[in-house]
Amino acid sequence: MDISVYQNIWFFIIGFLLTVYSILDGFDLGIASLMPALAKNEKEQKQVMDSIWPVWDGNEVWLITGGAALFAAFPFAYATVFSGFYLALMLVLFALIFRAVSMEFWYYDEKRRKLWAWAFTIGSFLPSLLFGVALGNIIYGIPIDLNMNFTGSFFTLLRPFPLVIGLLGLSAILLQGCTWAAYKIEGDVARRAKALMNKLIIANAFLFILAIALTIGFLPSIVSNLSGWLGALVYAISLSYVYVCNRDNRSFNAFMGSSVSFVSLWIMAGAALYPNLVRSTIEAYNLTIFNASSTQLTLKIMFIIALIGMPVVLAYTIYVYKVFKGKVS
Amino acid sequence: MDVVMLSRIQFGLAAGVHFIFPSLTLGLTLLVFLFEYKFYKTNEELFKTISTFFIKILGLVFALGVATGIVLEFSFGTNWAEYSRMVGDIFGAPLAAEGIFAFFLESVFLGVLLFARNKVSKKVYLLSAFLVFFGSHLSGLWIIIANSWMQTPAGFAIEGGRAVLTDFWAAALNPSTLVRFIHVIIAGWISGSLFAAGVAAWYIIKQQHTKEAQNILKTAIIVFCIMSLVQFASGHLHAVQVTNLQPEKMATFEALWQTQQGAPMSIIGIPVESEKKTYFEIKIPKLLSLLAYFDPNAEVKGRDAFPEDELPPVLLPYFSYHVMIGLGSLFALMSLIALFLLLKKKLFTAQWFLYVLMFAIPLPIIANEFGWIAAEVGRQPWAVYKVLKTVDAVSTVVPATHVLLSLIIFSLIYLLLVVLFITILVKIIKKGPQAESY
Repeated sequence: MDISVYQNIWFFIIGFLLTVYSILDGFDLGIASLMPALAKNEKEQKQVMDSIWPVWDGNEVWLITGGAALFAAFPFAYATVFSGFYLALMLVLFALIFRAVSMEFWYYDEKRRKLWAWAFTIGSFLPSLLFGVALGNIIYGIPIDLNMNFTGSFFTLLRPFPLVIGLLGLSAILLQGCTWAAYKIEGDVARRAKALMNKLIIANAFLFILAIALTIGFLPSIVSNLSGWLGALVYAISLSYVYVCNRDNRSFNAFMGSSVSFVSLWIMAGAALYPNLVRSTIEAYNLTIFNASSTQLTLKIMFIIALIGMPVVLAYTIYVYKVFKGKVS
Repeated sequence: MDVVMLSRIQFGLAAGVHFIFPSLTLGLTLLVFLFEYKFYKTNEELFKTISTFFIKILGLVFALGVATGIVLEFSFGTNWAEYSRMVGDIFGAPLAAEGIFAFFLESVFLGVLLFARNKVSKKVYLLSAFLVFFGSHLSGLWIIIANSWMQTPAGFAIEGGRAVLTDFWAAALNPSTLVRFIHVIIAGWISGSLFAAGVAAWYIIKQQHTKEAQNILKTAIIVFCIMSLVQFASGHLHAVQVTNLQPEKMATFEALWQTQQGAPMSIIGIPVESEKKTYFEIKIPKLLSLLAYFDPNAEVKGRDAFPEDELPPVLLPYFSYHVMIGLGSLFALMSLIALFLLLKKKLFTAQWFLYVLMFAIPLPIIANEFGWIAAEVGRQPWAVYKVLKTVDAVSTVVPATHVLLSLIIFSLIYLLLVVLFITILVKIIKKGPQAESY
């Protein structure tokens, strides 16, 4: 097989890893970000945590594996983005550290529960926002020089288009967490989640339309992309579906609908990028799946590793989710 | 300070703090599996209580491992972008494989151990304990593969200014992978078993949870004794490998300034790099030659055999290496005493030794840290031995001020994490094995 086949395969595998990551860690990060709105006392906070505790670290492994796969398959894109977005990523790391330890600390450090509850929420909220900002930037284009080095600053990252994508990502993650709360938890928390869900659907719809408008305005070259519009259609349908399911008290279906909306968002992101991995403000310096990839041998071996490993991972992940089905009371 | 030094300190801090947790995880998952197996076989509640206790601790240790581990994976890109470009074709794959084959496994099934005792059958629960054990060790293997490739790179060629993979198995099973893997795994088992033994010793001293404590102590001390002695052999093999494949590193560990036949082994001393001299040195004649080549008169290369700009600094690797060996020797001595007491059936009553076990809990972690510092600083000035220098590996676009800022914040966060980890660990231990979890 030609190397470009593998380069394409890896574009899709990384897309797949990030899609699953956003669906699974999406509900963790989302419900934790919403905790101040959903839980009014320590008992309810415990319910929120219990709903994700057995699975959150497995969920974060999708990010770790996605990051490592990017490193292995497209080291030049990994190096450019991670070094270029240094301060933003440090912020993500600080946040992820706190969110990882905050549940254990909340549970055992009873005197400072208020503090750890906030660490849990802020530690989840920041990455939820910044992931989207980062994605918005690589779609929109960042200043990259001939040597593939980022030449902007921290403030380069805060342009309107990436910020809107960041807010859209955040609102999608919040909705995902909200549907999880409604599905997984009983009592007042679920009731509040159901009430909040419609507001989040409106926020999502508004930000989505804004993002589409900005894309048409700023990135005319990708407007003609059909799969992108297909993704947009799926997104609109899934968002409406979440609304209908919430109205009819079908909380699991609402969660699934929200999950499908992530698939459609990633289809749009992929369509907007392909075959680029990182768009440069100077088109000739775009990092693409062709100029940023590892060699054919590495891509091939990694593909074999993924072929053997991923079905097994999916199988036992589904099994364990089944073990933990049922509501937290 | 320049950006290279700041990035090195930051990575060292991140990896050093992280390393506390996976090494404990290795030992704890072994103990959990052993006790789960005993419970499965005998159906005695006692073993279940003990295992549940260690699973609780494992939950805490693992959360800190995840929190500190993700920093490292990001760091190759954030701080070492040139490194990532130069060797990403080889170095990224083991990290990805670690995620796919190992880290998913341990994370997902740790969830089962922590929260599904009553939701799955006994068989599935035992299997989960095994998979967490297996996954964490497999995880260690892939990380050691990646790190060993930096020590003794193989299976690659330099093409167009970057290292490209030519032979996956040669790169993965490079000449130092297996011996270093064994060395690190055993170090983890020593850490976990001495931790468990020390906790049990504390209970026995306090006359609390005596039944559980005696059981824990017996199992843990057996693991500790065997592994402390085996570690001598593995450490020896590793030292021989370093002497052969990274001779300037061994010359630095031993502060062997001149190449010589019948080289001595340095036991203690103060090496001064600028004077190429070791003060107050106690050494055993010909021992280094004997150990490295089974010949007391064999020639061992000294630091003078290598170009100055390809030599590591002396003081830190020398000191770290000797602290590690000193502690390793102490563990061997302790295990001999423990075996003696065990045979005399005095292990549970020898108060002084129980105190020794208790206060020795942090020592394996310290040995691990110094062993790792010796290995990594001893590799300098190379990031990848003889392939890429550390100064050429750093991100060129990140200003020193940014790294300084992140380093300060990391230092504060990690200080907080370690303090809280110890506080909570003590709390869990004080509550005892019977306390309910989550």
